[in-house]
Amino acid sequence: MSISTGTARARQSLPVEPEAGSRRLNTAKALQEAIGSQMEQDDSVFVMGEDVAAYGGIFSSTTGLLEKFGPQRIIDTPISESAFIGLGIGAAVEGMRPIVELMFVDFFGVCMDQIYNHMAKIHYESGGNVRVPMVLMTAVGGGYSDGAQHSQTLWGTFAHLPGMKVVVPSNPYDAKGLMTAAIRSDDPVVYMFHKGVMGLAWMAKNRRSIGAVPEQDYVVPIGKAKVVREGSDVSLVTLSLSVHHSLDVAEQLAGEGISVEVLDLRSLVPLDREAVIATATKTGKVIVVDEDYQSFGLSGEIAATIAEHDPALLKHFSRVCVPDVPIPYARELEYAVLPTAARIEAAVRTAVTA
Amino acid sequence: MTMETTEVTADLSTGQRLALLREMILIRTFEEAVLREYHADKSPGFDIGKGLIPGEMHLSAGQEPVAAGLCAHLETGDALTATHRPHHLAIAKGMDLRSLAGEIFGRESGLGHGRGGHMHLFDPATHFSCSGIVAEGFPAALGQAFAFQRAGTSNVAAAVAGEGAANAGPFHESLNLAALWKLPVIFVIEDNDWGISVARNASTSVPTNAVRAAGYGMPGVRVEGNDVEAVHAAAGEAVARARAGGGPSLIEVHTLRLWGHFEGDAQGYRPELADVPGRDPIPAYQRKLRDAGLLSEADLAEMEGEARTRVEDAVEHAKAAPAPNPAEALKYVFVEGE
Ligand SMILES: Cc1ncc(C[n+]2csc(CCOP(=O)(O)OP(=O)(O)O)c2C)c(N)n1
Ligand SMILES: [Mg+2]
Repeated sequence: MSISTGTARARQSLPVEPEAGSRRLNTAKALQEAIGSQMEQDDSVFVMGEDVAAYGGIFSSTTGLLEKFGPQRIIDTPISESAFIGLGIGAAVEGMRPIVELMFVDFFGVCMDQIYNHMAKIHYESGGNVRVPMVLMTAVGGGYSDGAQHSQTLWGTFAHLPGMKVVVPSNPYDAKGLMTAAIRSDDPVVYMFHKGVMGLAWMAKNRRSIGAVPEQDYVVPIGKAKVVREGSDVSLVTLSLSVHHSLDVAEQLAGEGISVEVLDLRSLVPLDREAVIATATKTGKVIVVDEDYQSFGLSGEIAATIAEHDPALLKHFSRVCVPDVPIPYARELEYAVLPTAARIEAAVRTAVTA
Repeated sequence: MTMETTEVTADLSTGQRLALLREMILIRTFEEAVLREYHADKSPGFDIGKGLIPGEMHLSAGQEPVAAGLCAHLETGDALTATHRPHHLAIAKGMDLRSLAGEIFGRESGLGHGRGGHMHLFDPATHFSCSGIVAEGFPAALGQAFAFQRAGTSNVAAAVAGEGAANAGPFHESLNLAALWKLPVIFVIEDNDWGISVARNASTSVPTNAVRAAGYGMPGVRVEGNDVEAVHAAAGEAVARARAGGGPSLIEVHTLRLWGHFEGDAQGYRPELADVPGRDPIPAYQRKLRDAGLLSEADLAEMEGEARTRVEDAVEHAKAAPAPNPAEALKYVFVEGE
């Protein structure tokens, strides 16, 4: 395997958010396509993780790649997360571009030292002399009764720790563009896909998990949010699967003359603070919809961002998050704590009358 | 340190043999009922989040010999930690079937009042627990053994996990610490040849995990053949050693994952799939006992009938139990009044 082509590749520019065209894919296929295309062009890219080869990834992030690239580049690992994530870091330091899958983000507990003390800090500690061009790809989120150890999003935890970029696509177009950008980035990128946006046949899905995706390579820039629906009364600042629910609510309330803007953050690190301030300035009423735990996380960061810019900007602020409780198993309990469309709708109604 | 292949036909009484079979039949009957209920309302198609039993479901069919053979030596006060595939061990440890079924159905009547689910069973009555994070049951067993040792009891702790888990750091850290402090722990590896889709020879650098015991200064044995009597013999030795203050042991059992890793797993990665049903340990053990003249058709019918009655009672009880109250979703985060 050649190990020196990575950095040069990353500097070649690709189209930025081109027209989507008419070809429709689900998010899983869009993600696989981004990995496959970058692997074809750069033989320093490889994929490693549990059940990524013959199985194709438990949530289909790598389906078909073993057949295309073989077991030297699509590599099943033992259940040894510290070892293989650390191996990814070492390989990246030597110029390879590993895409390492942590099957569920919930498992970060067994390997976090490699992630936050090593992957995230080496570039800084080396005074910029050593790069770690690695993608840590992981499944997040609940809604299907997988219990407290398999349903978390935890993006706030990763975003809190300096030195790694964090991206969280909500749809097929962004999934491809952000994965392409992540592979080509010279920084470590944590790529978090919600199981519920992948379009899996065996899980309930929103129609937004299928969408138009260009066949060509392109990037969605890391650190750039997107207004996915314009509105004037209230802003929903959100990400990942909650974008789907937020858009559903916005569409429904439009019929009643309530105009809801939806901002899809897409990246948490770096956070597009300008986009947050812009939507807050426009509506003056902000609701953060976040499937992560409420306290000490993203929703507070959004409030702080706006307040630091102009404390007088907001007429209303609220959050629809997971109250600070482990994700319950029983459906009745889980749906009481997830940011459901019903909770979002109630929050919007409160905001417009505030 | 030993690395032997056990093919002992242990010196068991007929009563003990029939008890092992009875336990295995109860477990299988339970797993078949969960299988039936799990799939009953997930169609058309298969939606993992739908139905009376939603979520991931890892069933233990084929691994009954491990649970029956090990737990025959465990007392109520002994601890047992298990994994994402916990039902066989929970049942053999003596967990109340209604509480177990209630939790699997996510009911208020469940062991964890529907908060935990099938991978998160915590039973103070039987000192049983499990975790959905691979290999994380090993350290907890050490702590329970430590508490028993400090309390001056002869109780022991058993930690059971798959061959996949034996490649995770906590397994190795736990073996060292248990041996160093001579803790009364029995490590049991269920080698069912697969960690989801990854074959054991693609994940494990040694031919059997029994050899790893030597590296940590404890005895290790491998039990071949998914043979409940051989498990019983090996576990008997290890439990006795631990109770007598002789420290930890490791047992690896070559067992069988009769069904998929989880329900919905098409197992396309598994080349030996066609042979799997023929390796079912329960009919094999029945045949053995029948051929030896120890098991009559009437005995078997009675065992199966009893298992069916107990299991269907548990399932009916779970179905009739109320769902947890959504207004109480935040209950149990902390101890009330603290
Ligand atoms: C730390 C961690 N990594 C990965 C997983 C995902 N996972 C769940 S079960 C499993 C395979 C376990 O194999 P094994 O230990 O052999 O047990 P078996 O399923 O065969 O009973 C994996 C990889 C997990 N739950 N925890
Ligand atoms: Mg296994």
